[in-house]
Amino acid sequence: MSDQVSVMTGNEAAANAARLARVQVIAAYPITPQSPVVEQLAAWVESGELPAEFVAVESEHSAMTVCIGASTVGARTFTATSSNGLAYMTEQVWWAPGARLPIVMCVVNRAMAAPWNVLNDQQDSMSVRDAGWVQLFCRDNQEILDTTVQAYRIAERLHVPVMVCYDGFLLSHTMMPVAVPAPEQIDAFLPPFTEPFTVVDPGDPHNIGPVVMAEPRADETGATRGGYMEIRALHHRALLDALAVIPETDAEYASVVGRSWGGLTWEHLLDDAEVVLVAAGSLGTQLTVTAEQLRAEGVKAGVLGIRAYRPFPVEALRAKLAGRRLALVFDKALSYGYEGPICSDLRGAMLGADGAPAVFGAVCGLGGRDVSPEDLAEAARRALTDLDAGARTRETDWINLHLEG
Amino acid sequence: MTTKILDLPVVSYVLPGNRSCAGCGIGIALRQITAALEGRMVMTVPASCLTVLGGMFPIASVNVPWVNVAFPSTAAAASGIAAGLRATGRAEEMTVLAMAGDGGTGDIGIQALSGAAERNEDFIYLCYDNEAYMNTGTQRSGLTPAGARTTTTWSGKRENPKDLPRIMEAHGVPYVASTSAAFPADVYDKVAKARGITGLRYIHMNTPCPSGWGFDPKDTVRLGKLAVDTGLVVLYEVENGVFRLTGRSASLAKSGRPRVPVSEYLATQTRFRGMKPDVIEAVQAWVDERWARYVARDAGACD
Amino acid sequence: MSEISMSRPAVGEAGRTGDWRNNRPVMDAAKCLAVKQGRVTCQICWVYCPDGCIAQGVGPVIDLTYCKGCGICAEECPAGAIEMQPESIHGVCAVDETGEAAR
Repeated sequence: MSDQVSVMTGNEAAANAARLARVQVIAAYPITPQSPVVEQLAAWVESGELPAEFVAVESEHSAMTVCIGASTVGARTFTATSSNGLAYMTEQVWWAPGARLPIVMCVVNRAMAAPWNVLNDQQDSMSVRDAGWVQLFCRDNQEILDTTVQAYRIAERLHVPVMVCYDGFLLSHTMMPVAVPAPEQIDAFLPPFTEPFTVVDPGDPHNIGPVVMAEPRADETGATRGGYMEIRALHHRALLDALAVIPETDAEYASVVGRSWGGLTWEHLLDDAEVVLVAAGSLGTQLTVTAEQLRAEGVKAGVLGIRAYRPFPVEALRAKLAGRRLALVFDKALSYGYEGPICSDLRGAMLGADGAPAVFGAVCGLGGRDVSPEDLAEAARRALTDLDAGARTRETDWINLHLEG
Repeated sequence: MTTKILDLPVVSYVLPGNRSCAGCGIGIALRQITAALEGRMVMTVPASCLTVLGGMFPIASVNVPWVNVAFPSTAAAASGIAAGLRATGRAEEMTVLAMAGDGGTGDIGIQALSGAAERNEDFIYLCYDNEAYMNTGTQRSGLTPAGARTTTTWSGKRENPKDLPRIMEAHGVPYVASTSAAFPADVYDKVAKARGITGLRYIHMNTPCPSGWGFDPKDTVRLGKLAVDTGLVVLYEVENGVFRLTGRSASLAKSGRPRVPVSEYLATQTRFRGMKPDVIEAVQAWVDERWARYVARDAGACD
Repeated sequence: MSEISMSRPAVGEAGRTGDWRNNRPVMDAAKCLAVKQGRVTCQICWVYCPDGCIAQGVGPVIDLTYCKGCGICAEECPAGAIEMQPESIHGVCAVDETGEAAR
């Protein structure tokens, strides 16, 4: 059984993944640039090609809620959103992981309003990084398909939801060749989900998600059960377990489908690199061109791509970056009043690590602002100049910003 | 015909020693709601008094499957549960019951409820209307009656409550009913009837609240009945668009005897203390106008 | 430990809620309609108990361990067979099986 290669958008790749995963309940609300994902799924449900429940809800808040309700009774669920849609469902973005529901959601990354802007950056998913989801970023359309399928395996093994993030328009609306695995291959990789934590059975009634006290409390048999903090600690532990499960899943997928994506991180020309360009998503793909250009200029540059942003792969990053001179992080998001979120996280991860490089940050591409490989190369040259001048920290470099005039 | 008290099921899914306030109307009704569904149900509940009644982890007070959800999301959660049960082939095993308070239904939850009603999702939605945000300390809701003092309307609410059952009727759902926790058999009958209908079934239930309304807990049933006798609360159902008064409201209309003046009802609760005569008159006029319309609808004289 | 908050039903989640009671319902069997007629009739106290603390019977039996003392049963009893009496006249301090004083 061999893959069938088609030319398709990132959104079509995501829809194909949901179909191959045999999702049972889809909830959807339109927002650019996510809408084509669920339009495609709606068409497949209507034609009978995908035997699933399609709930065309009245808001993103309800989209995530429908997934929560359906997942609670043991159905495999899918939704997708972007930007303000993700912000609108934020309450439920917290609920799903707290309830340990293995929901998979594609977030088609788009800038947050105000002001309105439908184009790409990664502020939306970064804003909910702390909610307790696994967050995976994709660099191209093939990875979107493969990662979305993998996401179900990760989610259902760990009982945590997984957010598959990919860049709006740059990937969502751009056509690329994508190999679509045969359904039998995915069935071999992804068994049906049969072991939810939740029990919904009139013959064995449970109250799911009630108020939890601060301190442990005895149950009806007298056994002590954890309080809120214990439940949260176990959730955190599941996220940390994902550091092993994500690469394992990627390897299992490779054994069945023949493609893998690096697990937690990916790299390009990293072996002898002294200057490492770091980013998540399609920006990493652009940086591979930049690294090659810098190498042509005699700079030993390489790329380290963040595939798993949550959990944050601290040990993997320490190992990959030990002995380098500089890690230059390119963020398409900002913690206003501080710096890019990946930059902060990476600097924290490097603190005290053997052979840790200097960590510099750059912010680019907000609201779809164009970023060329040359812009990125120029930013790398500026960083090297600062480093050579003795800087170990530095203010965030804003790329392609034109405040003058 | 109303089921007689002695014919109601003896089984109780609501367990003693729960966390509800003494005299809470929810408990009276929840016993009949769960009995009418024979426990073959999954209920979904937002943050509310009902959450408290349901119990704190790791012990539950109601012997049926129960899914707690976020405040605005009850009807969407019920939609998802219903879809999930269909998708996993278990829809026949249980009825989905969404149950939320007046704030959770008419204020923060109305968007999800309206969406679910427009889609005619297959579940029962029961709003227990205790006429304010009781669980957070008696703040006004969109269903708090005019004149009522709450912790956000210290001198009495100025506006009449929104007519939620009529809003639901406007969605064209197959069943809309109005009932009261003071009439357990009426509650039982309406839930039992709703159980046999497919699509979104909406039941609005007036639910007296001793602590929030300011009356002695012994009077929960008495005041619930008095509200019906004034016409402030009207028992009715609308089945596939056909309206009819039920139970005590039907007999009140048929008898032609005068309704109890609302002033008598208002005098029983501290929340209405200090209501000015002109406000009471306005409420009476509002009730009279509505009652006339209910009676006319019951007679088929108007829609 | 539990991965999620998920409870199983049991009586007495909030403890012995009878401890909340200021007034105790006391049934005068001689007045109870069910007792008088010697069959399960009326049962109005049973249907209106918010806590399900009253068992149907000839006459109905009130579970004082959990009865919160709301007094609805006494208020609604058509025969006036239930009287709410201050707990104080029943002795304020009872001792439960653990030997601890229960108010």
